[in-house]
Amino acid sequence: MKSANELLAGSGSRETWTPLLETATREVFELMLGCQLAVNSTAEEPKPEVTAMVGLAGMLCGVLSVCCDDKAAALMTSKMLGAELGKVGAEVSDALGEVCNMVAGNFKNKIAGLAEGCLLSPPTVVTGSDYNLYSLAESPGLQISLLFEHMPIVITLQIHS
Amino acid sequence: MPICALIIDDSSVMRKIVERSLRQAGLELTRVFEAGNGAEALVVLQTNPVDLILCDINMPVMDGLEFIKQLPGMANAKGVPVVMITTEGSESHVVEALSHGARGYIRKPFTPEQVKEHVVPVLGGKS
Repeated sequence: MKSANELLAGSGSRETWTPLLETATREVFELMLGCQLAVNSTAEEPKPEVTAMVGLAGMLCGVLSVCCDDKAAALMTSKMLGAELGKVGAEVSDALGEVCNMVAGNFKNKIAGLAEGCLLSPPTVVTGSDYNLYSLAESPGLQISLLFEHMPIVITLQIHS
Repeated sequence: MPICALIIDDSSVMRKIVERSLRQAGLELTRVFEAGNGAEALVVLQTNPVDLILCDINMPVMDGLEFIKQLPGMANAKGVPVVMITTEGSESHVVEALSHGARGYIRKPFTPEQVKEHVVPVLGGKS
């Protein structure tokens, strides 16, 4: 079985995976939320109030996360459900988990061998910003920052092996 | 023709999206049953006949592949088309689901048009 590093080498490089991660994210937002993500040309980072994570295991081991603030998470949920923003409540974690799940799935399906050779865990969602995330990752992750309705969201792929 | 659908997914948000996509695809839904996993869906089918089943693959308790293997034992599911909806792009999952009777396969993310393309043909004129 190829390791993540061999996969990275075989598929080009980290530089080729980052645009795939961005495309995978954009497709999910376009198809499931009906909106276009914009380039985040500012250095603005979201308040990490909602963080959804999906584990990857197999040929690629790691964690893909989607992080945004409460307002962005509620608006994503509202768009997914086709419901008014004010009526969105408990579904936010479910919705963010699904967004993360679809981004992870869409990303791995774009890399030869990963669709078959890598499985996804059920999503985990952390709410609240008073936490520290510690990773034993062996390599620096891939990270992209995009704007969802003028609000920053960060997608990170932490690669473990 | 109005139809009755069973939507199986562990995400309630995704179940709502699938239902909305079916309506946007022009299907007239008289009733929609929801289940959070395959085991819940089998309970629903014990007492409720349906015309269409849309089923996720990765779910806790009983996943979509196990659910479809158990369907032949359900009288209310006889001849009912099953379309799998999943994030997984694995060819082996597709082959396994199809070999156990699934009639189609939709990969998330999807558009209402893609749902229509996969669902309408398997309804055999019921839509």
